[in-house]
Amino acid sequence: MSDSEHLLEVNDLHVEFRLRDGIAKAINGVSFYLDERETLAILGESGSGKSVTAQAIMGILDSPPGFVTGGEVLFQGTDLEKLSPKARAKYRGPKLSMIFQDALSSLNPVFPVGWQIAEMFRVHQHMNRSDALAKAITLMEKVKIPAAKERVRAYPHQFSGGMRQRIMIAMAIALDPWLLIADEPTTALDVTVQAQIMDLLKELQEESGMGLILITHDLGVVASVADRIAVMYAGRIVESSDIRPLYANPLHPYTKGLLESVPRLDQKGQDLLAIGGLPPNLLAMPAGCPFNPRCRYAFDKCRAGEPPASEEIEPGRTAACYLAGRLEGAHA
Amino acid sequence: MPDVILKAEELVKHYPIKTGVVRRTTGKVRAVDGVSFELHRGETLGVVGESGCGKSTLGRLLMRLEEPTSGHLDFDGVDMYAQKGRDMDRMRRDIQIVFQDPYTSLDPRMTVGDIIAEPFKIHPDVVPARKRKERVRELLDLVGLSPEHINRYPHQFSGGQRQRIGVARGLALNPKVLILDEPVSALDVSVQAQVVNLLDHLQRELNLSYVFIAHDLSVVRHISDRVAVMYLGKIVEIGDDAQIYEHATHPYTQALLSAVPVPDPVVEESREQIVLTGDVPSPANPPKGCRFHTRCWKATEKCKTEVPLLQLRGDGQGQHLSACHYAEALK
Amino acid sequence: MTDLTDMNKESESQARIADAMTAPSLGIEEPQPTIPADALEDPAPQPVPDLQTVSEERSLMQDAWITMRSRPLFWISAALIFVFLLMAAFPQLFVFSGRTPDWSDLDKARMGPDSVAIFGYDLQGQDIYVRTIYGARASILVGVCTALGAAVIGVVLGTLGGFIGRFLDTLLSRTADVFFAIPLLLGGILIMYTFRTTAESPYFVVVFKVVMALSVLGWPNVYRLMRSSVMQVKPSEYVMAAKALGANPLRIIGSHIIPNAIAPVIVVSTIDLGSYIATEATLSYLGIGLQAPAISWGIAISDASAIGYVRNAPHMLLFPSLFLSLTVLAFIMMGEVVRDAMDPKLR
Repeated sequence: MSDSEHLLEVNDLHVEFRLRDGIAKAINGVSFYLDERETLAILGESGSGKSVTAQAIMGILDSPPGFVTGGEVLFQGTDLEKLSPKARAKYRGPKLSMIFQDALSSLNPVFPVGWQIAEMFRVHQHMNRSDALAKAITLMEKVKIPAAKERVRAYPHQFSGGMRQRIMIAMAIALDPWLLIADEPTTALDVTVQAQIMDLLKELQEESGMGLILITHDLGVVASVADRIAVMYAGRIVESSDIRPLYANPLHPYTKGLLESVPRLDQKGQDLLAIGGLPPNLLAMPAGCPFNPRCRYAFDKCRAGEPPASEEIEPGRTAACYLAGRLEGAHA
Repeated sequence: MPDVILKAEELVKHYPIKTGVVRRTTGKVRAVDGVSFELHRGETLGVVGESGCGKSTLGRLLMRLEEPTSGHLDFDGVDMYAQKGRDMDRMRRDIQIVFQDPYTSLDPRMTVGDIIAEPFKIHPDVVPARKRKERVRELLDLVGLSPEHINRYPHQFSGGQRQRIGVARGLALNPKVLILDEPVSALDVSVQAQVVNLLDHLQRELNLSYVFIAHDLSVVRHISDRVAVMYLGKIVEIGDDAQIYEHATHPYTQALLSAVPVPDPVVEESREQIVLTGDVPSPANPPKGCRFHTRCWKATEKCKTEVPLLQLRGDGQGQHLSACHYAEALK
Repeated sequence: MTDLTDMNKESESQARIADAMTAPSLGIEEPQPTIPADALEDPAPQPVPDLQTVSEERSLMQDAWITMRSRPLFWISAALIFVFLLMAAFPQLFVFSGRTPDWSDLDKARMGPDSVAIFGYDLQGQDIYVRTIYGARASILVGVCTALGAAVIGVVLGTLGGFIGRFLDTLLSRTADVFFAIPLLLGGILIMYTFRTTAESPYFVVVFKVVMALSVLGWPNVYRLMRSSVMQVKPSEYVMAAKALGANPLRIIGSHIIPNAIAPVIVVSTIDLGSYIATEATLSYLGIGLQAPAISWGIAISDASAIGYVRNAPHMLLFPSLFLSLTVLAFIMMGEVVRDAMDPKLR
């Protein structure tokens, strides 16, 4: 791998869902990159296309109705989109892997968890049963499941939500992937457990140096773990930035709106400035900027033609808005 | 002395665990295990806790959707659990509930108009039949929906709009108290604020009292005047906003607060986190003594044997109700 | 089977469904113009304006209808069912030769089709076409009445069992299990054999007996479905909400539980209807269901399938059997189409 190459580079990705009622353009030209040891957060609401992006990278899009209609997914310089499904499947596990929000439905209820983790080694590394099980126990200890040796034969329902998520993580990192995509890994968990899982992910990343893509809707979770953040809206990245300046000075009105609309634990009595309206219907996107019907700053140019292109506003910060960087002065 | 509208005394709800062919009772889940509090007129009492702490069961007890195992509930001077039949139905006009999931709390086969008009069909004397349609339109308008949507079905609305419909139904009978069971946790971030603002606005407009049940401490802080923290069926600490959020004395409250990430990387970096180990024990078999002792860094022998009472304990400035033998605010 | 790719496939289907669902469900969410951020702070909030004109008011049933009408299978089975129902109600509409089912000409017994009797003649020299048309009534009557009977018993008991639960549920469920264990045909034979009909019994008495016998055997199917469906609906938050409003149990059952729980019953009853018709034919074939002079496909098939006739006069067997199969098929297809349309997971 040469120095100039990113671990993962997504260029102008397009995904559409062909549905009964028409074509839903779930992703419209998404580009980003990720380096080793780096954590990128993809932030968005439901329907923003954040999970679809992850599935497209993994190559596990439900097709039909979902189709990748353009763009490239470069992993260590190889365009995954050009690979045959079989060749691509070989990447899943040893090179890239993924964890999901709902650990209970992601685990097979009729097999012991240890067996399920061991299966990873049996299939990919052709290990024998006892060696694989021994590795499974090591992994369970690595993700800090207490009494791993005794619980290796337990079934998924015998674990709590947090422990199940740990098991999912153990399976995902079993083959030392270069890239881990975590799709809302803590959304279904209680706050105290949430913190444990985020700590665990951070620790595992430091140890192995893998790249981490964290998909979430929670501005708080992102703040503590991500290096960079990409904000998605209606299938586009509307703003992409290093983490600190984004919170201090959001460039896109949507990001600004989100930050103003979440209540903060450390502040009492601030008014919540809600973003009015609803995310757009993907089957009937408004002309111009997809955010314009809900935008406080929208003017004529925003309401017609093509959506504004993503431009670099400051070093390391891009935004897709005509007023990016000038929101403070703009008339609200 | 503030005007108390709802007063719970030692509410208990145990669910029997039945096993075997003959369905013998072999144990019980202590979902709510001795909860007492007062709700003042016009205020919002937040109830927070993790899943399994009994907060939703508590909500259902307050609505008498479940019969309590023991305890009293005094609503506006009347003992709710002693009411029967018609008297109980009458009482339901004054206390209503909004559920968490806007996708399951509305009957998918009814139009919005029918859903909001259902309360009038059950209590026909509240609004005369010919004025009902008009009242439904008023209610839709009140919660920020277009009265033209009256003939639509719930699945044609987004989550936030559905939750508004749920609120409209809750308000139809002009209740005095609204139980809000996780009303925004199923909603998207940008929509949450709309609903929170709506609830705020309605409270002022209609002089409502809220019991706001949620797991999101930030939202609870925003909307609540006072907050009760629950753990394994018991209230471990209760107090006003500053007492809980600035001077929490119970270690569980402290850990809970510290676990909530703040959407600000600068704050996040400087923040000390207390990361609790382990999971919440099963409410079928709660720890003896203080229920939190298995996860508490302060626990001593005393905590393992002696149940700490919820009583006034000092927080460095004043005192508020806390159930820890070693109650002390963090420095 | 649990290597990562497979496992992921399985688990991801959840995520994918979730996401795929959000996409189409957005179709419902109207793009709306800005509600001013402070609108909700105003004493009287602005109603959210409505831009959407595309999304007309559609109930789930209407949605199901839209799904169904795009499927050819629906139209084929609907057309068949319509024709058979019409045939059962007004058989004379389909007979152009002016012959009645009683018309016979022994000279023509077992003769093949001619220009008048397009299906040929049977043992008594009766017109098979006419007899087949008139035979529809018995089959359809038995099928529809049995399906209705079984559905009524099953829905009432299933709702009671599922809603009240406890002892009643145990009692009903065990009773249903007992009936469920008896095969429809065997039970039918047993009951019809015990309560015999003779050739002199009035037509409707015989039909009624067959209907009763099959309903008594068929209801557990509906019961089990209704019970589990009710148990799924019962803990819904909208049922809770109705309870919180002080609605009495009858109201809750009538306006929330049954409307939301009945869909699978409709589907299964339609499919079962086909098998009731087939069973009636079998019973008649065995000589313990309807009996001549009643006209039914079962009797016709029975008469035609004696050794010797099958080979020499196959048309006698062919046409009643064909009609029977088509009717059974039509109802089963209709049931499947309805099921597909009402399954919310496919939407």
